[in-house]
Amino acid sequence: MADAEVILEVKNLRKEFDGFVAVEDLSFQLRRGEILGLLGVNGAGKTTAMNMILGLTEPTSGSIHAFGLPMPRRRIEILRRCNFCSAYAPLPSNLLVWQNLLIFSLIYRVKNRRQRTAALLELLEITSLRDRVTGHLSSGESTRVNLCKALLNSPELLMLDEPTASLDPDIADKVRKTLRRVQRENGVGMLYTSHNMRDIEEVCDRVVFIHHGKVIAEGTPEEVVRHSQHDSLEEMFIDLARAGGKN
Amino acid sequence: MQPHVIAGLILRHVLLYSRNAIRLIELVFWPVVDLMVWGFLTLFLKENTSGDFPHFITFLIGAMIFWDILFRAQQGLAISFLEDVWTRNLLNVFVAPVRPSEYVLATALVGMLRVTVTVIVLTILAAVAYAFRLWDFHFLLIPFFANLLIFGWSLGIVSVSLILRFGQAAESLGWAVPFLIQPISAVFYPVSVLPIWLQPVALALPSTHVFEAMRAVLAGNPLPQSELVIASALNVLYLALAAWLFAVTLRNARQRGLLVKIATQ
Repeated sequence: MADAEVILEVKNLRKEFDGFVAVEDLSFQLRRGEILGLLGVNGAGKTTAMNMILGLTEPTSGSIHAFGLPMPRRRIEILRRCNFCSAYAPLPSNLLVWQNLLIFSLIYRVKNRRQRTAALLELLEITSLRDRVTGHLSSGESTRVNLCKALLNSPELLMLDEPTASLDPDIADKVRKTLRRVQRENGVGMLYTSHNMRDIEEVCDRVVFIHHGKVIAEGTPEEVVRHSQHDSLEEMFIDLARAGGKN
Repeated sequence: MQPHVIAGLILRHVLLYSRNAIRLIELVFWPVVDLMVWGFLTLFLKENTSGDFPHFITFLIGAMIFWDILFRAQQGLAISFLEDVWTRNLLNVFVAPVRPSEYVLATALVGMLRVTVTVIVLTILAAVAYAFRLWDFHFLLIPFFANLLIFGWSLGIVSVSLILRFGQAAESLGWAVPFLIQPISAVFYPVSVLPIWLQPVALALPSTHVFEAMRAVLAGNPLPQSELVIASALNVLYLALAAWLFAVTLRNARQRGLLVKIATQ
C-alpha cells in the first residue's frame, strides 16, 4: 500500500469562517486502494475538510490535489473520478429508486447504465427496492441506495461521511463488508468519517485524528491507540470529547 | 457543456412532474384561474361599453397569457432550485461533475417546458372560451415569446442568487421577484399611464417593450420593430448581469460555507 500512487494530497489546509478557525494546517495523503479514516469529535473540522476536498467550500489557504489535479481549479475533472455518500445527503425522496439511479448515471455518464445499476443493486442486496419510493425507505435501505449511487461511476476516490450513522449493527456490518469488497476488488481509495470507532477499526487502513481543526495523531488504528496510551480508539475519542472537544 | 449532465438534471424534474398529478395540475391551475377572471371581466366590459373601447379589451387576455410566459420561466428556475433545496439534493448535485452553467441551463430549460405546457393550455382555453386566437400573431409570437422567456430566466437567476445568499429565509423571493416588476412592466396598461418619473424605469425593462409591441399589434398597427430591438438588447444586458451575479454569489457561498449550509439545512 505504501508504494501505491497518491490519489489525494491535502497540504496545510486552513479554513476560517469570520475569525473562527474550523481547520488549521491540515495535511495528509491518501493512496490508491487505501481507506483513510478522518476522525474527530463534533466540530473537530472533519466535515469542513471533506467539503473543501469536494469543492463545496473554498479553503482560506493550503492546497488540495486529487489525481495530481488542483481543486477547485480542475473541479469537474476530479469529480468525474470521485463520488460521495453521506447519511445526511439523501437522494430526492419523491422519486423511485431506479429513477434516482438513472438520473445520476446520466450525470456521471455511466456506460451500460442498466447492467451497472442492476449489478450494484445486487451487490448491496437491494434489488427488491428498485421500484420503491426513495422517501419511503428505512435508513438502512436509504444508506445502501445512496451507496449504490456513489458507486455508479466506478469511482477511484470515494468520500464517505458517516455512512453507517443510524444503521442497525447487521446493516452496518453489511455496509462495511461491501466497502471492503469494493476496495479489494477495484482498488478504490476511500476517505471515511465516522463517530463509530468499531467502523474505523474494522474498515480503515490508516486514520488521521483531528482536534480543533489540527492533526493530533496519524497512523494505523493500532499505532494511534498505542501512541495515545489509551486502550482503544473509542477511549481516546471519549477522553478528547470530555476534555472540551464538543461544541 | 456536457449534454448528458443537462439531460440528467432535466430528467430529474420531468420525472418529478410525471409522478405527481398535483404538480401537473398546479402547472395550469393558477393560469387557468387568472384567464377565467380576466376573460369574464373582458366579456363584461365588452357588453357594457361602446365605441373603440371593446377593441382594446382583448389586450387584457393577451397580456395575461404573455405575462404567464415571463412568470413561468422565472418560476421554472427558482422552483427547480428550491426543489433541490427542499429534498436536500443540492449536495448530491454539487459534488457531481456538474458545472454551475449546466445547472442553470437545465433549470432554464425546465422553465421553458413549464411555459410551453401552460401556454398551450391557455391558448386553447382562450380560443374556445373567449375567441381570443393567439396564433393570429403568427411569427410575431417567436420574438415576443423569446424575449419574455429570456427576461423570466434572468429574473429566475436573480431569485436563485438571492436564495443562495440569504438562505431559505429568502424563499418567498422565489415567487415574489416577478411581481416586483409587474406594476412597472406595463402589462395591462400602456407606459403612458405611469407617472412621468416612473416611465424611464419601466422603459428600462425588456418586458415593457414587449407588452407595448403586443398592444400595437392587437390594435391593428404594424409591429413596432424598434420595441423588439430594444427588448432584445436589454435582455442581453440583463442576462449577462444575472449570470455575473450568480457567479459572484456562488463563489461567495463557497467561500463562506453557505452552499453547504443551504444544502443541508
